[in-house]
Amino acid sequence: MSQQVHTDEHRDDIGSRFGMWLFIFTELLLFAGLFITYSVFRYKNWQAFHLAAEELDVFIGALNTVILLASSATIAMSITALQQKRKKLTLTLMGTTMLVGLVFLVNKYFEWSLKFEHGLYPGSETLVEFGKGEVLFFGLYFFMTGLHALHIIAGLGFISFVFYYVIKNKVTHDNFVLLENAGLYWHLVDIIWVFLFPLFYLIT
Amino acid sequence: MSKNEEKTHIIPYRTFLLVLLVLLTFTFISIGVTSYNLGPFTVLTALLLATLKTILILTYFMHLKFDVKMFGILVAAVLALIAVVIFITFLDYLFR
Repeated sequence: MSQQVHTDEHRDDIGSRFGMWLFIFTELLLFAGLFITYSVFRYKNWQAFHLAAEELDVFIGALNTVILLASSATIAMSITALQQKRKKLTLTLMGTTMLVGLVFLVNKYFEWSLKFEHGLYPGSETLVEFGKGEVLFFGLYFFMTGLHALHIIAGLGFISFVFYYVIKNKVTHDNFVLLENAGLYWHLVDIIWVFLFPLFYLIT
Repeated sequence: MSKNEEKTHIIPYRTFLLVLLVLLTFTFISIGVTSYNLGPFTVLTALLLATLKTILILTYFMHLKFDVKMFGILVAAVLALIAVVIFITFLDYLFR
């Protein structure tokens, strides 16, 4: 029985992006809930939050902001490069995004290590001595930046997956919705950081 | 495959670099402003700048300006929903 293989493409790029956007909405609502929790606790414990926020390093936060914004620009540009059929440039831009994303995580590692050294981590004795407000601040700080870091890791995974597909010519100049979706996810992670940075590091 | 042959809009690299430049400028402005203690205005400016940055990222990096109109409308609806929830939550905490 020689069955003819049906090779018609079954694709719906708008539907694909729509799915990604719907997923992004759930992520936005998740983080919005956390931001509201943060705002209410800040409103109720403003003095403790003020003192606790002074502990955070604005420089490293600013550095990570610059890093993420730049990586967002490079992943956006990689789509332009792919549309222009410049595969090498596409891969370079995607690689830059991933490299810079890794630098973000390394910074985060050093930042958290320093906090741990100072005895600042959820459930630490130092924190309990400070009081309820500080416990709330650092609890939210570690949970929200940690959840964000997990999203960075997921984004890096997604982009490296698409990176492989670009190499294998499965994502090309006329079929790049996967790269667009990876980009959308990466920009979402960027947007969340755009709010995390001022709320935790800048406003004291 | 007619569905996928929508007119693809190629955004020039320059646009992205320009947007990045504006985003970085906003970041540095918000760092500068928050280093002065302007009371409630500190929070307000920081959040305003963050919102402006988000709009730029959504419009250009996330292609909303060039994509199907429905996506933009949906994003606006979700953001409006979040704003309403924040507003109602604070109505509760401020006046209880």
